[in-house]
Amino acid sequence: MKIAISISGDHINAAFDPRFGRAPTFCLVDSESGAWSIHPNPAISSSGGAGIQAAQHIAKLGVQAVISGAFGPNAAQTLEAAGIKMFIAPTDESLTAAEVMQRFKSGQLSQIDQATHRGYHERSHG
Amino acid sequence: MIIAIASGKGGTGKTAIATSLALAAKRPLRFLDCDVEAPNAALFLKPKLEHRKPVGIPIPVIDEELCSYCGRCAAVCEFHAIAIMGNKSLIFPELCHGCGSCTLICPEHAIRERIDTIGVLEGGSALPEIQFAQGILNIGEPMAVPVIRELKKWSFPSPTGQINPIEQTSPASSNGLEIRDAPPGASCPVVETLRGADFAILVTEPTPFGYHDLRQVVEICRDLNIPAGVIINRDGIGEKTVEEFCASEGLPILMRIPLQRNLAQALAQGETIYTADVRFRAPFEQLLTKIRGIGHV
Repeated sequence: MKIAISISGDHINAAFDPRFGRAPTFCLVDSESGAWSIHPNPAISSSGGAGIQAAQHIAKLGVQAVISGAFGPNAAQTLEAAGIKMFIAPTDESLTAAEVMQRFKSGQLSQIDQATHRGYHERSHG
Repeated sequence: MIIAIASGKGGTGKTAIATSLALAAKRPLRFLDCDVEAPNAALFLKPKLEHRKPVGIPIPVIDEELCSYCGRCAAVCEFHAIAIMGNKSLIFPELCHGCGSCTLICPEHAIRERIDTIGVLEGGSALPEIQFAQGILNIGEPMAVPVIRELKKWSFPSPTGQINPIEQTSPASSNGLEIRDAPPGASCPVVETLRGADFAILVTEPTPFGYHDLRQVVEICRDLNIPAGVIINRDGIGEKTVEEFCASEGLPILMRIPLQRNLAQALAQGETIYTADVRFRAPFEQLLTKIRGIGHV
């Protein structure tokens, strides 16, 4: 299974970044072989809709799951439409991508099926 | 001539200046409160608002029968308001700016547009011959620009005939006057208010905040090629940075208003500077002459 982890850096030993839409890079890891690659997040300087853009980007990379610290409603909706599973890693520890991957493999990370917080630009009505 | 009154920093006195100028200027004139997130010029000009017009933006609706999921609509959208994931399409209306690019680019003609109401325009007469209009953005709506854009274009009936937008000409022209009270800040709503104006009055105060934001708005005016002059409100408090900046940038200081308790009291009661203190009558009456002089350069 191919998994994307939001990080800030260019190595599997770089720090986990708990932001999904605004993480500088994503580390893609193959859970079977352990092979990894780094992909810049095109949404990092987006003026809006960063979660949507980041979700579309990692969907194109062909991942089946993504690990971050939080997912907004637009990101969650887009990831769900793409059939990408969302997992949450702890935000109060300084973990590396490799350590996050370790915890994922040992089943310590929880899967979520909806947004972790409300959006930043939500309307009061439809 | 179209004059926009902007400031950058909020609370420097844009509306106080705009409403006093409206009372001092030769009428008829058109007054637009473009601060659609918190319009308050009506408190001072007390118009009878008799006309209303809702403002909406076009939001895409995708016909799944026709859609081939090519993703061009998502790619063209500057604001990521559309996502195409495999054979699912997602639309995020709160991110949509209503530009219509997705509808235009769709090769299958699978996109139609529905109109979502985001605000309202209100208009009527204030005093004889001040044609007053304001925009109101609905609470919770993120985008002020479409309301301001419609407000600028709005023609509404009045006792003296149809009120049409004033054409942008030059500050020296005498084909009528439009005064636009801008929102605070230096982002899109301010740019939209300034766009098409012949002259910008920038109201500031001699403080680090006033100075910082003045510089931003001056840059916008330069970008839009709009001549500008400065009014220093609460003159005498704070520091000299605003004056030094105006001098070095060649920005004329059109008026100075000292910090006076009587003005604060009058404004709090819905009076204007112009009516509250006779000492400001002549300066406001001469303001347009000064601006016309600058506009000639």
